[in-house]
Amino acid sequence: MSTHTLIETESVEQWRLPDKGLVGMICLIVAEVAIFSIFVVAYIFYIGKSLTGPTPAEVLTLPIVSTICLLSSSITVHFAVTTLEKGKSGLSTAWLALTVLLGGIFLAGTAQEWHELIYEKGLTISTNLFGTTYYSLVGLHASHVVIGLVMLTVVLLFGLAGKLKSKHAHRLDMLSYYWHFVDAVWVVVFIVVYVIGR
Amino acid sequence: MLEKRMNDTTYDHPEGAAVALAKPTWLDVVNSWITTVDHKRIGIMYIGYALIFLVIGGIEALIMRVQLAVPNNHFVTPEVFNRMFTMHGTTMVFFVGMPILFGFGNYLIPLMIGARDMAFPRLNSFSFWISAFGGLLLYFSFLGGDGLYGAGTAPDVGWFAYAPLTARIFSPGHSTDYWILGVFLSGIGSVGTALNLVVTIISLRCKGMTMGRLPLLAWIYLVVSWMVFIAIGPLTAAQIMLLLDRTVGSHFFDAQAGGSAVLWMHFFWIFGHPEVYILVLPAFGFANEIIPVFSRKAIFGYAAMVGATVGIGFVSLGVWAHHMFTVGLGPAGNAFFTFATMVVSVPTGIKIFNWLATIWGGRISFATPMLFSMGFLFQFLAAGLTGIMLSVAPFDWQLGNSYFVVAHFHYVLVGAILYMIFAAFYYWFPKMTGRMLSERLGKWHFWLFTLGFHLTFDLMHIPGILGMPRRVFTYEADRGWGSWNMIIGIGAIFQVIAILIFVWNMIHSYMKGEKAGPDPWDAWTLEWSTDSPPPHYNFAVEPVVESRRPLWDRKHPNDPDNAYE
Repeated sequence: MSTHTLIETESVEQWRLPDKGLVGMICLIVAEVAIFSIFVVAYIFYIGKSLTGPTPAEVLTLPIVSTICLLSSSITVHFAVTTLEKGKSGLSTAWLALTVLLGGIFLAGTAQEWHELIYEKGLTISTNLFGTTYYSLVGLHASHVVIGLVMLTVVLLFGLAGKLKSKHAHRLDMLSYYWHFVDAVWVVVFIVVYVIGR
Repeated sequence: MLEKRMNDTTYDHPEGAAVALAKPTWLDVVNSWITTVDHKRIGIMYIGYALIFLVIGGIEALIMRVQLAVPNNHFVTPEVFNRMFTMHGTTMVFFVGMPILFGFGNYLIPLMIGARDMAFPRLNSFSFWISAFGGLLLYFSFLGGDGLYGAGTAPDVGWFAYAPLTARIFSPGHSTDYWILGVFLSGIGSVGTALNLVVTIISLRCKGMTMGRLPLLAWIYLVVSWMVFIAIGPLTAAQIMLLLDRTVGSHFFDAQAGGSAVLWMHFFWIFGHPEVYILVLPAFGFANEIIPVFSRKAIFGYAAMVGATVGIGFVSLGVWAHHMFTVGLGPAGNAFFTFATMVVSVPTGIKIFNWLATIWGGRISFATPMLFSMGFLFQFLAAGLTGIMLSVAPFDWQLGNSYFVVAHFHYVLVGAILYMIFAAFYYWFPKMTGRMLSERLGKWHFWLFTLGFHLTFDLMHIPGILGMPRRVFTYEADRGWGSWNMIIGIGAIFQVIAILIFVWNMIHSYMKGEKAGPDPWDAWTLEWSTDSPPPHYNFAVEPVVESRRPLWDRKHPNDPDNAYE
């Protein structure tokens, strides 16, 4: 019977196990890395193999501003977490708002870049192998930025409504890990697409 | 300080309500199953779902066997035959194999580690329902796949959907899209469940259960889950690429634009090979739990078993191109993948020797779970040996894509994995339902199935060696394959009869079987300390363990296991 499961010993002291949110987020990140890796491999494999159409060197410019915004948003979200841990939820909400803003600027920058590529430079996903691999890789990353921004905005809304407390800091920390992951992927994408690939 | 687990103060179970409510209607019961987040119920739903698809996938196999039983047969058209082998393979891997293994994992792991439920119960429910939907979506293709083109219904591109056959021009209509989307959704469910398993095993163990005292089945599921994270991603990515190719005109696998169909093969098999180890490792896990109990001896070489499991998981990620020996990888590629594939036999051999060493000197009881485990041991060894034969690239050049390969992988899938799934059913059915399965019917099931299995899959190697290719819908009479195919088909009929006996056993025993107490097999892991079936909360008091066999310690307080660990 389930009441007789106790084994009579002195209690096991200090039975600490890794935090489930952290382990869960690490697992999610590993799974996502696996997906992104395949798109990166496809990109690298197809460098220089397009039969026609614009080449990266012809149409790509370094997205410096977007990149600075996105990478800074990792710093701002970190401060959002640390201020919330100390209970300063108003300040934390401000940092969150800044994070969402910076992420939004990144997306806007991507949108502007794509508009130019499609309408002025004539590069679409079906133009050639470069278009195929570029839009799929950058697009997959952008979709993850969108997901992250949605989650951050939800937290921001709670903050603006005054509901954010220091006990939520751990969950915000886990979300910030996701956001750091999205940034790290951008670093890889930037290097592969805009540095090596050009 | 103990980490606080989820507070489930709002758990609703109509059958437990002490207040004078109206008796729950059937709608209440259905609702409680649909909305459940209880790992035991979700596990049972996964298993039930898989059993239904096992029957459907089996019917697809029978249709193929009838078509191939005699030369120049016209039982089905070639187009239907193509759909049969595609759907049979896709169903068995994604909608039988994965769900049944996740089902057992879901049910057993929290119980084995002394936990109340999985780490993320709602994610658990979501993962099940999205996988279930994926299966229904795939099968909806029989009705809805026609689309505007009248080009065919269910997918017919093989379970591995090679490019460029899957390109829009070569597979018009929507049949391939159903394959992509159905399997894609199942992949999401798999990642969700794997995540749950890892977090549960790492973060929800009861007091005293260090990683060194974790039941081996839990170690297996830990490794399997990590393999899911690493292997499902490539499949998901490849499917997104294929969907983009088919819908917006991208060129991932389009040779005319400079793309490569071989790239699909690489991506698919980077998933596909670890996938078959994902399917087989839980079978090893069941063996790790069942064989010791029926040999009345603790498992031999616990640490080596853990190491071998991790080794198999690791090596299996690097052998995928042994499915591609015939595409022209070059001598370096062929040599590397031959060698890497052979390396996996080392940890696998360690496991087989350890199972044998566990049985050696034990007091063996041949109850039905042990019968199936014995079948597993011999058949897995044989399957592994034919696998090593195929790993030799020149041998594979002759026998790749022949029925020798089909015989090899069915030997593993049916002879090893399905046998251990049967063993797991006979072993844990009493825990899940509170009733024993009939031993008499179990023995009929085992012997009839084994007869059928060997008739079919031993002999299947021969048409392969004689040159019969895979995926052909018929063949000429003068090839010499006809008699073999006929006997193979007869073997299939024995397997069907055995499965029907098994289904009858489950139904009859559920209603009228001998009542099982909490611990009918005199076993040693924590699930056997609860009632059968366990209460919703699993354990009234959180267990504290001091060794790998907590129930042995309880039953033998003067001879506890931790003196020997």
